[in-house]
Amino acid sequence: MADVVEFELITPAKLLLAEPVEMVVIPGSEGDFGVLPGHAPLISAVRPGTVDIYRGGKVGGRIFVAGGFAEVSPDGCVLLAEEAVAVADIDRPRTEQRLDAARQSLDGAEAGSEEAKTAERRLKVAEAMLAAVEGAAKGREIR
Amino acid sequence: MPSLKALKVRINSVTSTQKITSAMKMVAAAKLRRAQEAAEAARPYASRMDHLLESLAGGFKGGEGAPPLLAGTGAEQNHLIVACTADRGLCGGFNGSIIREVRKMARELGEEGKAVIILCVGRKGRDALKRDFSDAISGEILGLGRQSLSYSDAVEVSDKIIGMFEAGDFDVCTLVFNRFKSAMTQIVTRRQLIPFAMPASEDGTDDKKTQTTQLSGAFIFEPEEGEILEQLLPRNIETQVFQALIENNASEQGARMTAMDSATRNAGDMLDDLTLTYNRTRQATITKELIEIISGAEAL
Repeated sequence: MADVVEFELITPAKLLLAEPVEMVVIPGSEGDFGVLPGHAPLISAVRPGTVDIYRGGKVGGRIFVAGGFAEVSPDGCVLLAEEAVAVADIDRPRTEQRLDAARQSLDGAEAGSEEAKTAERRLKVAEAMLAAVEGAAKGREIR
Repeated sequence: MPSLKALKVRINSVTSTQKITSAMKMVAAAKLRRAQEAAEAARPYASRMDHLLESLAGGFKGGEGAPPLLAGTGAEQNHLIVACTADRGLCGGFNGSIIREVRKMARELGEEGKAVIILCVGRKGRDALKRDFSDAISGEILGLGRQSLSYSDAVEVSDKIIGMFEAGDFDVCTLVFNRFKSAMTQIVTRRQLIPFAMPASEDGTDDKKTQTTQLSGAFIFEPEEGEILEQLLPRNIETQVFQALIENNASEQGARMTAMDSATRNAGDMLDDLTLTYNRTRQATITKELIEIISGAEAL
């Protein structure tokens, strides 16, 4: 058994990351799951949240993903994200703006309509993004 | 023999044409670099998406209850061809080759007695196809990616496709676009979107893929298979459309760069010829005048 997982993080725009890692924790739609070497083959939807990449026994990278799909196969772990940003690079004021914009468009949209669904999704993404930033800030204080 | 003045006018006009074509070449070359990088960077996502969907679809092969976007409607009567062309011309055979392919395909399907409708993405394709297939054109999307191509452009196109599919307008959907290989070569590609079909692999190095496909039965699904498929299928169509558009964009710039390069070169050749004729004519006129003066003097 290999002691690393070949992890690939891909967005529509480009291949963001492709490297062997010790473990990744992915925010699955049914709950977070960690992928260690030798994980059973799995296909999961991914909700907006933070992906933790473990290198050398501790979190070596935190990346925010705005939903997508993950595939774990014997070859490694592939995460197809709709959008991905390193948590450290998230611009907090802009995220708050995004949240407000999403809230407004949700208020403006007719309940149950296609627009409302899109707005709701955008709201969830923005909320998760803000939570990721806050989580990161808190983590820093504790340390 | 044309007069000196006429030659001069022609030389001037060819020079200014050459300036335009060489400027267009420069612009296309600059845009090509970016477009090519974007197209190549986007390839892993699209191919992984295909791969993922194939693993998922494995469980549904021949099974009941597969969503229509995956398995089709069961019929093959009505075809939708999505013709992806550019909005602008002057890019060599780029638009022509797509239009030719769409025509060929429409004719083949017509001979088999199938109904064809066409969705035109890009102005050039619409203009050319309107002549032959004005009844078949069911919609057009123009002016995509004028600034830069973004994912939301692809969402617009795929929403339209999915909307038409849900309205029962067609059973099979095929995308026709130019796959970018190099600035010199673009490959006209047909890609079946609905029902889902794996694209034929370009090279024989897909052993790894087939191996994982065989394992597909062993996958754990979270949430259920059907639910994932429901989310994944529209997403996949968006992705494939995006990939097609972005490849097309790179191909367009490549084709334009090549076309404008040869146009600039041709204009240069033409200028050489014209300058030679101009100088000869000038020389001939001078000689003629000299002869006239000399023979006039001798006659005295």
